[in-house]
Amino acid sequence: MSETSASAGIDLHAQQVRKFRLQDLFFHRTTQLFAFIVLATLVGILVSLTIEAWPSLKEFGPSFLWTNIWSVPDDKYGALAAIYGTVVTSVLALLIAVPISFGIALFLTETCPVWLRRPLGTAIELLAGIPSIVYGIWGLFVFAPLFADHIQPPLQNLLGDVPIIGSWFSGPPIGVGILTASIVLSLMVIPFIASVMRDVFETVPDVLRESAYAVGCTTWEVVRNVVLPYTRVGVIGGIMLGLGRALGETMAVTFVIGNANRINGSLFAPGTSIASTLANEFGEADPGLHIASLFALGLVLFILTFIVLAISRWLISRSMGSEGL
Amino acid sequence: MTSLYSRRLWVNRIGITLSMVAMSLGLVALLWILWTLFSRGFAALSWDLLTQDTPAPGSEGGGLRNAIVGSGLILFFSMLISTPIGILAGIYLAEYGRISKFASFTRFMTDIMLSAPSIVIGLFVYALFVATTGGFSGWAGSLALSLIAIPVVVRTTENMLKLVQSSLREAAFAVGAPRWQVSLKVTLRAVKSGVVTGVLLAMARITGETAPLLFTALNNQFFNTDMSEPMGNLPVVIFQFALSPYDNWVNLAWGGALLIAFLVLAVNIAVRVVFRNKDKR
Repeated sequence: MSETSASAGIDLHAQQVRKFRLQDLFFHRTTQLFAFIVLATLVGILVSLTIEAWPSLKEFGPSFLWTNIWSVPDDKYGALAAIYGTVVTSVLALLIAVPISFGIALFLTETCPVWLRRPLGTAIELLAGIPSIVYGIWGLFVFAPLFADHIQPPLQNLLGDVPIIGSWFSGPPIGVGILTASIVLSLMVIPFIASVMRDVFETVPDVLRESAYAVGCTTWEVVRNVVLPYTRVGVIGGIMLGLGRALGETMAVTFVIGNANRINGSLFAPGTSIASTLANEFGEADPGLHIASLFALGLVLFILTFIVLAISRWLISRSMGSEGL
Repeated sequence: MTSLYSRRLWVNRIGITLSMVAMSLGLVALLWILWTLFSRGFAALSWDLLTQDTPAPGSEGGGLRNAIVGSGLILFFSMLISTPIGILAGIYLAEYGRISKFASFTRFMTDIMLSAPSIVIGLFVYALFVATTGGFSGWAGSLALSLIAIPVVVRTTENMLKLVQSSLREAAFAVGAPRWQVSLKVTLRAVKSGVVTGVLLAMARITGETAPLLFTALNNQFFNTDMSEPMGNLPVVIFQFALSPYDNWVNLAWGGALLIAFLVLAVNIAVRVVFRNKDKR
């Protein structure tokens, strides 16, 4: 009697263990499947954009990348003007944003009183929370008119006659244009670069900092000669993250870049970017080569940002250990 | 000797001052944008904003009722799609994926997706969904936004689960709980508030997203709750109205921008305040 009940108990137990094992396997595979969805999306984007862009890629070949023409009536398309606008605005935005972000990170980690660190850090993070379209209407209605009235004319007076540089500031001061887009973009990427810089600055061991202070270094010297060299990789990662963000930014740029599909040497002139061309034309694009070329632009943008962001993540994770951000 | 010393001091002073200037530039930019938003947005706020639909070109008055309801529906469904996917994928990365190659590859790609250009997501959903099912719809908009929200939920869920002490997991295993129960009923429950935070931040992130909606949900001038039709939504209305020549349209765009920014910033601040209180306890 007792034997049978004991063996029944073992059976029951074995059954339970088997059930748990099956459930676990099911749970493992299900969660894995959902993780796979993220990967599949990425591959899906690449494949579907290539398929949709194919007619244009076949028609224009690689010269699509360096041809400066975008003509819907002639059905001839080249990406040069859009790529030029994208790269120039992003690089200029970084030139403005990197020193400012560095200053913010330095202030928050070295000189700011401890009780102020949290509120000020949050304020900078909130800049990243403001939707891109809000930057856009602010840039168009508030910043651009001010820029045209009070900043562009003095800049032109000051630098307009200098050889080479002068031509960058030529043309009518209309407010919107490449330079305005760069400035608005720089505001949008500052929080991202500053927060990576702050995080990597905090990974510097206190012993290193304190030793430097102990031999009489000033705060500036500690940052310049100890913190920066120690965090070099992560800082570059943060800058690349900002670049990746700037390259793909759409709405704010669309509002203030002026949307002229041509290359003009002046930074005051209106231009276009890949993302703003897509935002402006895709909705009303003609089927055929026009829409295929827009997909090709999207593909170029995706590959470009993918490479930049991959380098950035690799650098940041190398600098912060396996944690990442 | 003294000249070298005083030069070093001066360099330090200049460096520190410049860093303070940089900090104030950031703060000035934030306050300037917020002030503009509130002063112009408040002027546009009225009951009509909530009770009337977007006006036809050239007609007076009007509100944003259709766009607010449309945005709400699109947001609701995209969070409904992205929350379970994001949480389960996050569980996989944290519980099963500590050493697996597939998991670290997925983690890397998720980080890239966090910053991928949102307009490209819009193109993808257009090619995948709009072009094949024959039309712009609220569903397409929800799908595009959920693809942007998923990586946010995945990464916050994973980071939260990693904070759970392994002794808690081991205790649950020791009493014979199977792995799925440990994941869902012990560790996930322990970090519930953190996961909710991630979901809220993901929602805040997609509330103002405009680019992916341009060619998925499109826009709709009329009140509509049918997700299979083109749907009015705040970001696209703001985009179109702000660039229009009509004063009342531009005014409505400011009102809409204030609504969106207020919601996004309120979530961001609330999440931080709640978390700080947790830390203190």
